[in-house]
Amino acid sequence: MAVNELQSTRKPPISQIGAILWLRTNLISSWTNGLLTFASLYLLYIAIPPLLDWMVLSANFNFGTVNILGFEIKFSEVMADNQNCGRDAACWPYIYEKFYMYIYGFYPREESWRPDVVYGLTALLFVIVRLVRNYKYKNRVILSMIVTYPIVSYILIAGGFGLLPVVETHQWGGLLLSLIIASVGIIVSFPIGVVLALGRQSDLRVIKLFSTLFIEFIRGVPLITILFMASFVLPLFLESSTNFDKLLRALIGIALFQAAYFAEVVRGGLQAIPKGQYEAADAIGLNYFQKNALIILPQALKISIPNIVGSSISLFKDSTLVLIIGLMDMLAMVNMTSNDPYWLGRETEGFVFVTMVFWVILYSMSRYSRKLEIRFNTENKN
Amino acid sequence: MKQQNILSQVKSLTFREMLYNNEVRAFFFQVATFLLIAGLFYTIIGNLFDNIEARGIHTGFSFLKNRAGFDILPFLGNYIQDYTPESSNLTVFYVGLINTLIVAFIGIFVTTFLGLFIGIARLSNNYLVAKLAGGYIELFRNIPVLLQIFFWYNIFINIFPHPKKSFSFFDMAFLNQRGLYLPKPILEDGFLLVIIAFVVGIILTIFMKRYFNKKHDETGVYTRTLGYSTLLILGLPAVFFLLLGSPLHFDFAVLGKFNLKGGMQIVPEFIALTFALSVYTATYIAEAIRSGIEAVDKGQKEAAAAIGLTQTQSLKLIVLPQALRVAIPPTINQYLNLTKNSSLATAIGYPELMSSFGGTVLNQVGQAVEILGMAMLVYLFISLCISLLLNFVNKKMAIPGR
Amino acid sequence: METENNKSNIIEISELNKWYGDFHALKNINMSVKEGEIIVVCGPSGSGKSTLIRCVNFLEKFQEGNIVVAGIELTDDAQKIRKIRSEVAMVFQHFNLFPHLTIVDNLTLAPIWVHNETKEEAREKALKFLERVDIREQAEKYPNQLSGGQQQRVAIARSLCTSPKIMLFDEPTSALDPEMISEVLDVMVELAKEGITMICVTHEMGFARKMANRIIFMDEGQIVEENDPVNFFKNPESDRLQLFLSQILTHDE
Repeated sequence: MAVNELQSTRKPPISQIGAILWLRTNLISSWTNGLLTFASLYLLYIAIPPLLDWMVLSANFNFGTVNILGFEIKFSEVMADNQNCGRDAACWPYIYEKFYMYIYGFYPREESWRPDVVYGLTALLFVIVRLVRNYKYKNRVILSMIVTYPIVSYILIAGGFGLLPVVETHQWGGLLLSLIIASVGIIVSFPIGVVLALGRQSDLRVIKLFSTLFIEFIRGVPLITILFMASFVLPLFLESSTNFDKLLRALIGIALFQAAYFAEVVRGGLQAIPKGQYEAADAIGLNYFQKNALIILPQALKISIPNIVGSSISLFKDSTLVLIIGLMDMLAMVNMTSNDPYWLGRETEGFVFVTMVFWVILYSMSRYSRKLEIRFNTENKN
Repeated sequence: MKQQNILSQVKSLTFREMLYNNEVRAFFFQVATFLLIAGLFYTIIGNLFDNIEARGIHTGFSFLKNRAGFDILPFLGNYIQDYTPESSNLTVFYVGLINTLIVAFIGIFVTTFLGLFIGIARLSNNYLVAKLAGGYIELFRNIPVLLQIFFWYNIFINIFPHPKKSFSFFDMAFLNQRGLYLPKPILEDGFLLVIIAFVVGIILTIFMKRYFNKKHDETGVYTRTLGYSTLLILGLPAVFFLLLGSPLHFDFAVLGKFNLKGGMQIVPEFIALTFALSVYTATYIAEAIRSGIEAVDKGQKEAAAAIGLTQTQSLKLIVLPQALRVAIPPTINQYLNLTKNSSLATAIGYPELMSSFGGTVLNQVGQAVEILGMAMLVYLFISLCISLLLNFVNKKMAIPGR
Repeated sequence: METENNKSNIIEISELNKWYGDFHALKNINMSVKEGEIIVVCGPSGSGKSTLIRCVNFLEKFQEGNIVVAGIELTDDAQKIRKIRSEVAMVFQHFNLFPHLTIVDNLTLAPIWVHNETKEEAREKALKFLERVDIREQAEKYPNQLSGGQQQRVAIARSLCTSPKIMLFDEPTSALDPEMISEVLDVMVELAKEGITMICVTHEMGFARKMANRIIFMDEGQIVEENDPVNFFKNPESDRLQLFLSQILTHDE
């Protein structure tokens, strides 16, 4: 009945686009919206400026003359001391002086290159994972990394084996200790967790029972009780002659704890695999170990990677608990360094500093985790 | 059944066939594992007793009757149990337990509201509000909870003034280094009746709602019950309260020369702990709520709009029922996490279960196995209760067919 | 602008323009629908056909132009929108049944909460309509326990419960497996025969040929051609329609 001529494509009416529209719809589209905007701005107004003032504007940056990478930078004539470093604002020279302890603990200064190398290797890990993303043999690369990194790091940090001077575990502290606890915790607990997850899914009732009991027990109690158990009771389980390193006890506790949580994550992955995969593997005649190693686990682990990273992030956060059983991680350094009679009462600066370090590390990890999740979702869709 | 099958099968097999039979293998594998674990336990427990004897540590639970001999920070647990250093170690256990439960209850209460608020704010159309909520979540989720506890404790200690210069809220409540002083409620004789009136109010409201629902079904007329509910639940006890001559006194804290006397003291350790735990856990609850609301398909809201429901009706009848089904399980899980995290109170000296019983008593008595065992049992029990609650909630809310 | 007998025009759209941000999605749409007409809107994907019918019940907002439905002008007024939505019902591509309610509760929801009917009345009416679409026996089940075709029929019954004057169908069979398409089309044919005004966005040309009073072809946001079914298929005038027909008809039948 009718045929229309071609209509022209136009730009939308002016008031409908651009910054004005954005402001109108997002911030002041109605009375309530406007009120919310005002309240938010007010909240920012009373929170941010005092914080900024304390941390930066009125803060004391009198570090004296500082040597950074060979360059001499003069912040002030002389470094401030506790007396003339204000009380109303941050006294950063305190952090500057105690910086070594926060990062290395009691590690001997002459040997500090060793932890530095380990820090570098850790960063290298992430870089390598990114680089080999499309490499054909990336699984082999990652596997060999997971095996060599702990060995190399241990030799570097602990010494011994006739290669390097020994540094005892009670000298490890600060960020170094936090890093060690987290990485050992993750690397050791993961295989145990996988075994537990398989055990919980098993048809064999005894295995299933033990796995389930173990997992539910650990997940039902706070980490602190496990650490106390490891600290006080574990030595009693062994022959009386063994002298049990304090750090080792804590690591065992953390490993067992994290194993239970990893087990649940992996179990989620196992349950997400279609039953047909199990059936196909059985149909072509694989036995239990082959089936899991070649077919089931690779798929289950791949699906669970985002959650595994998430669980690892939680572990890093939980690793701070070791200070309660007397290990000197970075958080413990705050009280430790501000008990120094010279710098008395500077805990606030300490907490702020440690908060910033932790936040940067954890935020980066969670960003990384989210990128992984996005990548896995798009991969799975294809 | 299975055993019978194995036996009847096995009887007719040669030895070689038995070796490869799957059922036989499974059976022996399990037996072997069981023996291995049993053997492990035997060795470990054996060593345990040997070492305990060698070091002269006592066993058994008789230590619970012994005198505790130390002071505990005064808080509700002390108050309820009338704790003194003369009390037994068992009393310490109860004090710690009560203090843990208080932190748990109040923490859960606060974190739910905070999490709800932040979660909804995160989804707001207002750009600033949404970004601020998002910032809150990113900030507090990426700081270890122990650090947050220390941090707030440190801030409160530094900010709260000396008792002489306490912050005062209309002379009814005071805030200083020693804590938050609230009026202490002193209940008099008639108060029981007020409580009964409150309960009666709730019961009446339930019946009233049923009546109005029935009326809606039968006549199509809908009545708003919010006003009536409030009247019943709040008004009824209020009337009784006045009639009985206000049987509730408050012992107000009074600013003396150096200190506050009277009132109810809420120690800063409690405030810091509960505050930090609530703020931290709220980030997870906010995310749970957000995922719940986002899980509701966009088409649901469109269909609800298309059949003519108002925004409120759509929210109440369509969106929330579906959103809550997704949001509630992880939230209940977070309640469990909050309770477990309360054990970190050890770090700042709030006397809950782990720091008082699992801390001071443990150091004094040395019987780690018994003491930690008791503490762990408590937490396991709480976990079990919460798991059962979760299962119950999941069953009730399950959408058939999924 | 169509001016034939404006009085019985139940939907009147004039100079409708809609933008998504900078993208001009609907360009100068002019359209009238008489009471009892069956209109089929077709066109390639992205042509704006879904957007157009979603504007009619204000699920999409528009920036320029005018829509009048059953004598009420469509503006951003909550009362007016609610009134219009009780006259206009929509059947969605993905059914959008409420999964946490039983089938019969899905149907009685709007009558009870929007039209203040009693529970008995609403239930009776719901069961009657479920009978109409031949699915009465599933009344107490939940949506996820039903097949796609069954769910869509329930969705149609849900729309009928509000006694609408106009029914909008947004690709009602596109999400269905082939063997279930006919059961839904049969229901739509029955409805069409009863005199209800229908606007269907669909690729089902068999339905269009059989039941439509008018077929509208859209492409790139505008109405390119409209005609009665016979002439639409036999004598397509514009190039774009000819291209479109050649593409879809080879796959049809």
